[in-house]
Amino acid sequence: MSKIYNLKREVEKPPRLTGGHRLCAGCGAGVVVSGVLRALNQEDRAVVVNATSCLEVSTFMYPYTAYMDSFIHSAFENSAATCSGVEAAYNALKRRGKVDGTVKFITFAGDGGTYDIGFQSLSGAMERGHDMVYVCYDNEAYMNTGIQRSSSTPLFARTTTTPVGSAGQGKKQNKKDLTEILVAHNIPYVAQTAPLGNFKDLHTKSHKAIYTEGPCFLNILSPCPRGWDYPMAQLAQITKLAVDTCVWPLYEVEEGIWRLSYIPKKKLPVEEFMRPQGRFRHMFQKGNEWMIEEVQKQVDQRWESLLEKTGA
Amino acid sequence: MINAQDINEKTPWQDLTPGGEIYEAGTARAFNTGVWRTNTPVFHAQACKHCMLCVPFCPDSAIPVKDGKRLDFNYMHCKGCGICENVCPFPAITMVTGGVPHD
Repeated sequence: MSKIYNLKREVEKPPRLTGGHRLCAGCGAGVVVSGVLRALNQEDRAVVVNATSCLEVSTFMYPYTAYMDSFIHSAFENSAATCSGVEAAYNALKRRGKVDGTVKFITFAGDGGTYDIGFQSLSGAMERGHDMVYVCYDNEAYMNTGIQRSSSTPLFARTTTTPVGSAGQGKKQNKKDLTEILVAHNIPYVAQTAPLGNFKDLHTKSHKAIYTEGPCFLNILSPCPRGWDYPMAQLAQITKLAVDTCVWPLYEVEEGIWRLSYIPKKKLPVEEFMRPQGRFRHMFQKGNEWMIEEVQKQVDQRWESLLEKTGA
Repeated sequence: MINAQDINEKTPWQDLTPGGEIYEAGTARAFNTGVWRTNTPVFHAQACKHCMLCVPFCPDSAIPVKDGKRLDFNYMHCKGCGICENVCPFPAITMVTGGVPHD
């Protein structure tokens, strides 16, 4: 790839995630995964590893695979371990001259498979230093099994296990900051991105992650129209609002150097992001103003601390 | 070796691939998800400037591109989500009610 990103050239490549998969209409995961795979050099092959997730059950239903590359799924909790095993086997075969060409190793998992269930195998694989990319498509709950809360679900969000009623007003706990936990693994590259605009941010970060030697991690916001309860046609708008309100900041950490990828021209109040989503609807009821204030306070704090770390 | 297109509900288990493996790439392309549509995007080629902004936003890879030109929708895979209409800066995509493309 030449250094300058060119959308027209990139979309000319044949898609590596084909149509005919069974993700919901308007699903962010399809957009994220095809975006990441587009960052592969066309001549290179890839092994795609998947944790159990919406993505896995929708893109790989026997005998239908939506991948143009090799694909392996074993379980919910061990996608990073599976990927590191495949990578180690490839290296062994390569040493003996039994495989040629470039093969890249990419794991996709949802937030449940990353923040919660697959966390130990992810942490282990990153520490062992395998040459792989782990991509979390973060839709902030267990969407596949019916929108149960995960440790990625944001504060006060409504899910089926944190319902809104007389006994509770959505999730009581904060969202775990997994990206920063991965930064603390001291791996070569960690980035947070989202499907936006001309996909320059998602593409360049994916390309960097895939072609940086060693373990790399991408956390990509992946709106879910069913779980977040917004009109499915609004994917691009919702993602843009997440970024412009600084709820989901775009940044990367390369060899320990923090870099902010995007500073909104005008930082919007968090309610702009929350209002279109049914999972936050109760926060706009009379008497619940404190909830929005609390979220705003936390977002501001995290944003300030990120500005400090990135020196922006 | 049995091919994906020959596997269906009536295939005896003895004929299936061992371990549920698939030896071909992209077999999902043979599956019609276009029948899911309740709304349908219509492409107006004369208004399209081929900026390609809609292409990466399609969750179903249903917008083909060839020689720098954005072609008409692949209606076999398009689920009619309408994201493309929302990211198109020109009046080149409009949504119509119903699952069948018509102007």
